[in-house]
Amino acid sequence: MQAVSRRRFLQVSAGAASLAVAGGVATQAGSAREPGARGADRVRKVPTFCDVCFWKCGAIAYVKNDRLWKIEGNPEDPLSSGRLCPRGSGGVGAHFDTQRLTAPLMRKQVRGAEEWVAVTWDEALTHVAGKMKEIASKHGPEAMALFSHGIGGNFLKHTLKAYGTTNIAAPSYAQCRGPRDAGFTLTFGEPVGSPERTDIRNARCLTLIGSHLGENMHNTQAQEFAEAVGRGASVIVVDPRLSVAASKAKFYLPIKPGTDTALLLAWMNVLLAEGLYDREYVAAHGFGFAAFAAELAPWTPEWAYPITGITPDVIRESAREMARHRPASLVHPGRHATWYGNDAQRSRAIALLNALLGTWGRKGGFYQPSSMNVPGYPYPPYPTSERGRADNPGKRHPFAGETITTGLRDATLTGVPYPVKGWMVYATNLLHALPDEAETIRAIQQLDLLVVLDVIPSEIAGWADVVLPEAVYLERYDDLNVEVFREPFIALRQPVVDAPADQKPNWWIARELAIKLGLEAYYPWKHVEEYLDTRLKGAGLSLAELKTKGLVRGKQPPVFYEEGVEPSFPTPSGKIEFYSLQLKEAGFDPVPRYQPTPEPPAGAFRLLYGRAPMHSFSRTQTNPLLGELMSENEVWLNAEVARRLGLERGARVRLRNQDGKVSNRVRVRPTERIRGDCVYLVHGFGHTARGLHPRFRKGASDAGLITRYERDPLMGGTGMSVNFVTLEPEV
Amino acid sequence: MARYGMAIDTVRCVGCTDCVVACKTENELPEGLCRDWIVTEAAGAFPDTRLEIRSERCNHCDRPPCVHCCPTGASHVEDYGHLVQITKELCIGCKACLASCPYDARTIHRDGYADKCTFCVHRVKEGLPPACVAVCPTRCMHFGDLDDPHSEVSRLLTSRRHHALQPEAGTGPRIFFLT
Repeated sequence: MQAVSRRRFLQVSAGAASLAVAGGVATQAGSAREPGARGADRVRKVPTFCDVCFWKCGAIAYVKNDRLWKIEGNPEDPLSSGRLCPRGSGGVGAHFDTQRLTAPLMRKQVRGAEEWVAVTWDEALTHVAGKMKEIASKHGPEAMALFSHGIGGNFLKHTLKAYGTTNIAAPSYAQCRGPRDAGFTLTFGEPVGSPERTDIRNARCLTLIGSHLGENMHNTQAQEFAEAVGRGASVIVVDPRLSVAASKAKFYLPIKPGTDTALLLAWMNVLLAEGLYDREYVAAHGFGFAAFAAELAPWTPEWAYPITGITPDVIRESAREMARHRPASLVHPGRHATWYGNDAQRSRAIALLNALLGTWGRKGGFYQPSSMNVPGYPYPPYPTSERGRADNPGKRHPFAGETITTGLRDATLTGVPYPVKGWMVYATNLLHALPDEAETIRAIQQLDLLVVLDVIPSEIAGWADVVLPEAVYLERYDDLNVEVFREPFIALRQPVVDAPADQKPNWWIARELAIKLGLEAYYPWKHVEEYLDTRLKGAGLSLAELKTKGLVRGKQPPVFYEEGVEPSFPTPSGKIEFYSLQLKEAGFDPVPRYQPTPEPPAGAFRLLYGRAPMHSFSRTQTNPLLGELMSENEVWLNAEVARRLGLERGARVRLRNQDGKVSNRVRVRPTERIRGDCVYLVHGFGHTARGLHPRFRKGASDAGLITRYERDPLMGGTGMSVNFVTLEPEV
Repeated sequence: MARYGMAIDTVRCVGCTDCVVACKTENELPEGLCRDWIVTEAAGAFPDTRLEIRSERCNHCDRPPCVHCCPTGASHVEDYGHLVQITKELCIGCKACLASCPYDARTIHRDGYADKCTFCVHRVKEGLPPACVAVCPTRCMHFGDLDDPHSEVSRLLTSRRHHALQPEAGTGPRIFFLT
């Protein structure tokens, strides 16, 4: 007999009777119209901004005869320049998705068995608030953690901060860009940020290390990449897989996985040995350059060759190519940087290479971003926490700049530094986002409360006590986007159409929950329009204006040193730290060194993963428009290896990892686009939640195979490209 | 009258499929039906592999076999822009056109008639480019009058290397891929 506290996975299924909602959800269908009838259509245009990924592109939604029709880019928007990516154009499908959550659900015992029961919002939120009060009185409010991704989480963060917790984290740090931002902060004093402050459009040489722009469809970056390629910029791509970007490169370096730092050191060695670096820039802004140069001396291209598999002449030629175009020679910092567990140091090596090329602050390198001044809403101050956050006790990762999700998971599992007993999870499918899902499930067993707010029944929802269905971005207001970018602007997300069932906007959920928690004082406004208008009035604007325009641009400040930006480096030395004393004092390498990562055993392949342009993480597969473009993933396998293994295109295999974890079955894609020592999966597939039918068990989940990870000692990121798989043919 | 065609820059294209989605929403196509698609052609052995990524659709051929073989006159060349169009009320769904098209550009709509790209003629008549061209985030697609030497497409075809698909079929395709 299972203990009552022992939580088990409970499938959320749109077929369950409790979920049937009058009216239902119309499918994306429609019949082609008579061309002549178009004139009679009533078309309404509503400006808003996109939420299919978290880039926040300005969009204009079209409603034809009261039905959502299409979404285009807002031409005034600096992020999209009027053109969305496939996910943005396919955002229509988020509204029409037949697998959407439709009503609040509570896990209840019904005739001895656990079942999902559809409940009213009042019942669901009363239960959540009651549990949260219990947790606060037993363990303190810090025992409640919030995992949240995207701007939609802002009001929940406000409620949770008012409640008294500071344990608020997003996987976008420790499972994604964290090491990069730590490496750049250690070097230049500032993180790269999001959107990245990369001036790709003016670069004459662009170096990508594992970044697959074009497959990773962050709109501005993909647009500027095409722009740079179109005008003939030199592209250098380092990747074990011949990505789309690599196919457009002047130099493609098919590097052995895990050895990028050796290549970076060798490139810097060439720039130093041949005197190709920006001497003036280094002299003006550098700290510890002599010690740095001495450290680099042994790392010649000849040293790097057996490690990386890249020949010395290619290393030299590509380094010279970068130097030829400096300072408009951007070495892209990447985004998903959690690969091998020593990623902050690799990112620091990328930062240092950029420093040698003099790109930081320069046109064609990194611009200085800015934002408009929009005062926050005048809320009462939040309660202070004496215990601090639970994710990083004793600052064991001294250079963590944000909350570490996996640190909160550790605290939940161990009760150290103090127990974490409640999780609220907003718009992030933790079972696909965090490494080692078994560890996540063990942590979930320690919880007194797990609340999931989402639009679809993701895997994490199956473990919840309470599932709260959110309205999709086309049906709700969100907080203002006060963008930090090359061109400062403010954008509004506003409802375009009504939610099809009993879904609610996050601001309403956050406010109702706060009221039930007795935190009315933190919500002086009754409707989010009052909140938005108050903030906008503080900036000399109004909600009415934003509702019409969608966004307002600010005055354009200078963005490059060439235009008058004053160089400033908020590091301890106030300069670019070629040699880092703070790293040395903390017991780390002051200048990055190459650390080998374990290699796959004979017959096994390193599992690599990445993005496809039409999907965002594991959250878009049931979108009827996007799911149709790519309904399952394939495992990429070197063509020659496939021939040797007798695997033909479309053959079904299961992937078994080093710990015996076996994937769903997945089709083989033999290809001349990948090395023979690794395989590649697009992330986000292999769903095990039945509610995500028709994508249930389509393709293989990379996340499910990531049972091992390496922690980055500097900042706590989880390196995940350290798993090895074998292929088992299905008979 | 204009003779519309496209020049698509494979150097810029990343194969993101935005053209496919935009076509589907603009033309309100049912699930399972699309009028354009992405082809990625790889040649050579790793790591010296070359890719050509193409956004493909009906070529609105100068000598369209689909029109010649149509028994009812549903498939026809419209005066406007010399575009190949289908009058669905006249279509009996016999699929002769599907068999004749060297580009597999046609499918049968679930309502029983042959369906394909119209070059978004409803938009073009309003002075707008086809939806796929308008949304493309890489700006790799260009639409215009091939008979006008000053049009953007004509200028691109004069200045850039390009090829059409299966010229040997002799249909006179009007979509050109810049390389």
